[in-house]
Amino acid sequence: MTAAAASSPTGLAVLVSAVFLACAVEMVEALTIVIAVGKTRGWKSAMEGTGAAVVVLTVLVAIFGPSLVRVPIDTLRLIVGGILLIFGMQWLRKAILRSAGLKAMHDEDAIYAETVAELEAAAARPDRDRLACIMAFKGVFLEGLEVVITVVTLGTSAHHLGVASATAAIALLLVGIVGVVVAKQLSSVPENAMKMAVGVMLVAYGTFWTGEGLKVRWPGGSSDVMLLVLVGIFLAVTWAAIAVTRRSVRPLEVVT
Amino acid sequence: MSTQPSTSLPVRLLRGFAMFWWDFLVGDTPELFVATLITLGVAALVSLAAHANGVAVVLLPLLVILSLTASVARAVHKTRR
Repeated sequence: MTAAAASSPTGLAVLVSAVFLACAVEMVEALTIVIAVGKTRGWKSAMEGTGAAVVVLTVLVAIFGPSLVRVPIDTLRLIVGGILLIFGMQWLRKAILRSAGLKAMHDEDAIYAETVAELEAAAARPDRDRLACIMAFKGVFLEGLEVVITVVTLGTSAHHLGVASATAAIALLLVGIVGVVVAKQLSSVPENAMKMAVGVMLVAYGTFWTGEGLKVRWPGGSSDVMLLVLVGIFLAVTWAAIAVTRRSVRPLEVVT
Repeated sequence: MSTQPSTSLPVRLLRGFAMFWWDFLVGDTPELFVATLITLGVAALVSLAAHANGVAVVLLPLLVILSLTASVARAVHKTRR
């Protein structure tokens, strides 16, 4: 993608949508763990763990972020393309299986229950709850690392790291505010639809940048055209996969 | 009391970092990881070695679609067993 093409409104809109939705989904998952820890073992430990994770993530980004700029752009796009392809296909696969009824529609209920069960099984300490702090840290750090990877890979490859970072910040802030206001697990968020949209966009970007990294000259002369074509193709494939999977699952459901 | 020998912090951090990437890229869908490597390899051969740009343009999205559908089919098959 040339610098001019990367700055075009359509390319930017796809980038912003992908980053926003991906970060919102990860934030929902992190927040679910923090709320589970806070409600079960107290907010002090939950906030300590969350704060520590944010600090470590910030340090990691500050250390490793600038070095990415020095990687040759074709190599970077090939690596980023590969990562986005794997990540995007994992999300799409999960979204297809959920839509076809082969998986539960939400991770949040299971994450919440799992976290609460683990915390309740361990004895609470009155002064400083180390386990609760570690669980909040782990949840926020792992989900946060996925946010960082999404923002850095998409932002750097499109030469819009600033836009990607700002979009991620807005997504995290919005989900955070909603989480604080409702102060409960966020299972009413349409996570599967968001995951499906992000999956389609990540796979489209992954295919496009893998091609760019391998010196493929995409038809149309503009990255906008090819990106939209790829988004359309993967959207159609996803819908078809859901329809076929649903059909193949139904007879089994009748039998069992 | 734990019977395991205590490991140093750098080793634990490194192990945790490696585990994160393993879970992130491989996790419970190793077929997608392998399929992506194959896709990249085939596309590199077609584009960089054979200079067949037209073939690469069609092949790259096609291999991605095949990888995804194969992984979904594997998941459906697993639920039937």
